[in-house]
Amino acid sequence: MTGGMPGLDEMNDLYEAIILDHYRSPRNTAPVESPDIDLEVNNPFCGDEFHIQLKVEDDAISEVGITGRGCAISQASASLLAELVEGKSSAEVRAAVDSIRRLLKGEDVTEEEREILGDIEALEGVRKFPVRIKCALLSWVGLDDALKDHLKK
Amino acid sequence: MSISEARTRAFDIEAIRADFPILSRKINGQDLVYLDNAATSQKPKQVIQALTDYYEQTNANVHRGVHTLSIEATDGYELARTKVANFINAPRPETVIWTRNTSESLNLVAATWADANIGEGDNIVISAMEHHSNIVPWQQLAAKKSAELRYLAAGEDGLLDVSDVDSIIDSRTKIVAVTHMSNVLGTINPVAMLAERVHAVGGVILVDAAQSVPHMPVDVQALDADFLCFSAHKMLGPTGIGVLYGKYDLLEAMPPYMFGGDMILEVTYEDATWNELPYKFEAGTPNIADAIATGGAVDYLADLGMDNVWQHEQELTAYAMEQILSMGNIRVLGPQDPTLRGGVITFIHDTIHPHDLGTALDQQGIAIRTGHHCAMPLVRSFDVVAAARASFYIYNTKSEADALVNGISETEGYFSR
Repeated sequence: MTGGMPGLDEMNDLYEAIILDHYRSPRNTAPVESPDIDLEVNNPFCGDEFHIQLKVEDDAISEVGITGRGCAISQASASLLAELVEGKSSAEVRAAVDSIRRLLKGEDVTEEEREILGDIEALEGVRKFPVRIKCALLSWVGLDDALKDHLKK
Repeated sequence: MSISEARTRAFDIEAIRADFPILSRKINGQDLVYLDNAATSQKPKQVIQALTDYYEQTNANVHRGVHTLSIEATDGYELARTKVANFINAPRPETVIWTRNTSESLNLVAATWADANIGEGDNIVISAMEHHSNIVPWQQLAAKKSAELRYLAAGEDGLLDVSDVDSIIDSRTKIVAVTHMSNVLGTINPVAMLAERVHAVGGVILVDAAQSVPHMPVDVQALDADFLCFSAHKMLGPTGIGVLYGKYDLLEAMPPYMFGGDMILEVTYEDATWNELPYKFEAGTPNIADAIATGGAVDYLADLGMDNVWQHEQELTAYAMEQILSMGNIRVLGPQDPTLRGGVITFIHDTIHPHDLGTALDQQGIAIRTGHHCAMPLVRSFDVVAAARASFYIYNTKSEADALVNGISETEGYFSR
């Protein structure tokens, strides 16, 4: 546990165990060969940057690889994204991005949506730290834009 | 020698701290440890009082009326200008122009003097350790004029690399625009030497003194600076007001920056003539209250004595650097010798990202800056994308430096739980 500084326990909502686990051991970090979607997302203000690669077969994401560097929140969020998108259709992923946006803004999210989000619900604590919301959304917003473009092709 | 050395009060840190109401605030239940002074300083009650006094007792427009309040407001506004002039040892008050901030001062010079004096094939010399506000105006001007933008490099030791200064500053150099003290590395640059070099080829030097004027004695005549820019809010003053100092003859020859009331002498339906200095550069109703409060900030610093301010920060910086480096897992950017730098310590922890550290320190009441510090190219040149920065001022103490180190240790404990 923490070293007894009362202030730091206030961060437990932000850095839930699941978040710290994904931060320390990010999932799906292997590069994807000949990806259908290949994008770099970055936040120049904090220097966070991620490289997201996806393979899409019959509108289902069959393979995902994410590498990059950033704070615990942006890294954990990218790893959670990698976990969620595998096997999902682009429409399902885009719907999930919409749910996450509402979750982080404190807007209504249905039980059904929460079920789909699974572990991602752990990001909800970021709400209490508004300046960190953009860290949590970085990879999701980038992927959402990329899927929108991919669907147009 | 600046006037600020003429009279000083004792540098009594407890008495100084008592002048800053915000220092008694609790942040997340903890005592505030404010270490973001390079971004903006806190304000003593004397400065806050100057603002309220002005609005409660004196408020009127300047340079216009014959009524008592207008005369008092004008006197206060001009007295503040004289105080600032004395503070930086400007030869006459008219060489001090009020602006909104350092950025506006820099833009003013780029848009007037530089626009009129720089042509195709000329070059502009800046350094690799400039704030964005002393990069972007010159990039824009160089593109507009087909001029060349040259950089003096920052060495790995965090010092300005002046080994090739004689080839970088050449006969086509019109201006050297350089920071006096880096807001990231803390490095103090050899401004007087650069002034000598550029004067030898007929060019001018502009000094971004946003980080130096608040912290050390600055004498524009000793530096032989042609232009020197700074903001009041980093030196105990209010936000929204800054200073451009310029040599009289240069300012006199420059075209106006903005047009409007106060900056004109005579207007006909067809044309207008410009007012004398400094009013030529102060179009419209100026920021009277904040100018007067800036005079109060300058009084406060002059009473302490800028040599004493500098001495205090040197001791604190040396102490804090030693403590931080002794943690063993932190890299400090910039000169490792504390005497070559000001009270800005930008650092990178081996494992904790600056934003996670910033949030965790905030939970402990400690305010630091995180990110790229408005100097993206410089920060990237050290192969980092973001860093944490602690920066000191007159009210900071060694026990606050200890609190920072302790706060980092607590954060390490938290993230390794």
